[in-house]
Amino acid sequence: MLGAVDWHVIGQRIFHPDHVFFRAMYTTVYIAVIAQVMGVVLGLLAALMRTSKILPLRWLSGFYVLIFRGTPLLVQIFFVYYGANLMLGFTLIPNTLNLGLFTLDGAILAGILALGVNEGAYMREIIRAGIDSIDRGQMEAAKSLGMRYTLAMRRIILPQAARVIVPPLGNEFNNMLKTTSLVFTIGVYEMFSDAEIHYSQTFQPVEYFLAVAFWYLVLTGVWSLIQASIERRLSASERGDELSFRERLVAAWAPAGAFVRR
Amino acid sequence: MSDVVMEAVDVHKRFGRLEVLKGISLDVSKGETVCIIGASGSGKTTFIRCINHLEKIDDGRITVNGHLIGYRQHHGKLVEDSEASIAKQRTQIGMVFQRFNLFPHKTALENVTEAPTRVLGTPRGEAKQEALRLLTRVGLADKCETYPGKLSGGQQQRVAIARALAMKPALMLFDEPTSALDPEVTGEVLDVMEELAHDGMTMIVVTHEMGFARKAADRVVMMDGGVIIEEGTPEHFFEAPEHDRTKQFLSKIL
Repeated sequence: MLGAVDWHVIGQRIFHPDHVFFRAMYTTVYIAVIAQVMGVVLGLLAALMRTSKILPLRWLSGFYVLIFRGTPLLVQIFFVYYGANLMLGFTLIPNTLNLGLFTLDGAILAGILALGVNEGAYMREIIRAGIDSIDRGQMEAAKSLGMRYTLAMRRIILPQAARVIVPPLGNEFNNMLKTTSLVFTIGVYEMFSDAEIHYSQTFQPVEYFLAVAFWYLVLTGVWSLIQASIERRLSASERGDELSFRERLVAAWAPAGAFVRR
Repeated sequence: MSDVVMEAVDVHKRFGRLEVLKGISLDVSKGETVCIIGASGSGKTTFIRCINHLEKIDDGRITVNGHLIGYRQHHGKLVEDSEASIAKQRTQIGMVFQRFNLFPHKTALENVTEAPTRVLGTPRGEAKQEALRLLTRVGLADKCETYPGKLSGGQQQRVAIARALAMKPALMLFDEPTSALDPEVTGEVLDVMEELAHDGMTMIVVTHEMGFARKAADRVVMMDGGVIIEEGTPEHFFEAPEHDRTKQFLSKIL
């Protein structure tokens, strides 16, 4: 059986990928990064709304999680791409979006929106757990010093909650890197589309899907290393190392910085 | 004494169907130190938490420096005040907690400078200088750069006192400040508090430390079952407590 596999093609895809593939990989990564950032922001908003004094905001937060965790992501992606413009009566998702420096394909925009909004529902639960893990006395101490809720959250609660939030956040991003493959269904040219198109031209599924699986493994593997390093440095403070939170955060991101600084 | 700093009039507080404060009235004058004693469940901690509106009250009113705390008059009725206004009132009232509640992600110095710089807008340099002065005053000048996790309970509580003082409050509340401490370090915290009382700070202290009450308190208030049952000088409590509950309570803790 193994004899039927064209190892040369696999080697080619792994060791000599063409620039079209790298372009696709780049698309995968930036969709994942933007959608994750969006998820964190939406998740934070929803987590704060959940404990709001205003009842409709609490409802909205609960409804958000109910809908986006309770329905398939694929349905959400299709809905945003094909349905949003029709439902809203105006063009939320244009064919192409001109952002001055570069243009963004409408399908990519829809993909990012759907992935980000979906991710926000999961991030809400993670951020909520992080906030809940902080002793009630911290908020009371902050308030007794005259801090308002938003200031206390920003300066006292969230910096401490971050330590609880970061490990599951890393897992979410690992997931996100792979889940981006779903946007191939609305015609975004990312890593999986690249494999799928080669397969449909050659009918060599094993070769192309094995190779693309390898590249997903590379992405998640690199991220795992970065994540482990971040967590190691964040937990260093629990051993009592005298580093301020800011210093710890800077230290934690140093390896990521090393890639950029070349 | 005239200059009333804190005035509580007929304060009621319910947790669901349980009434924990059944009409507390208490005046505290400028420079006075009042100790509140009583068994657990007597409502003393709840009362002190009402004074800076960490607990809402159901009836009655509390004023600090003449300002109604947590509520405002609206068509003759009391309605809860805005968050901003409550926060502003709290800058006048320092609070020290049983469990310290220092900010673990900030150094001792940062704990003290955080609120003055962020809430009062004090310039960083000035706040730092004042924090150094306060930490020196509580005997921790050498621990400025230390994180709370590396400080003993007694040291943490002294930082917490400095943190509250940094806001230059008109009134200091202490909620069982030594109850969570090892016996051998309660002394260092009580010494700081005693000094503060002698320096003329207005203080309300929920405590079981009768030694502190004797040395520093102007008045002792005994609470039981959500009411004040006896009030007097520390000497009165040591020599001739009147109420049976007071005698019973004192015989247990002395």
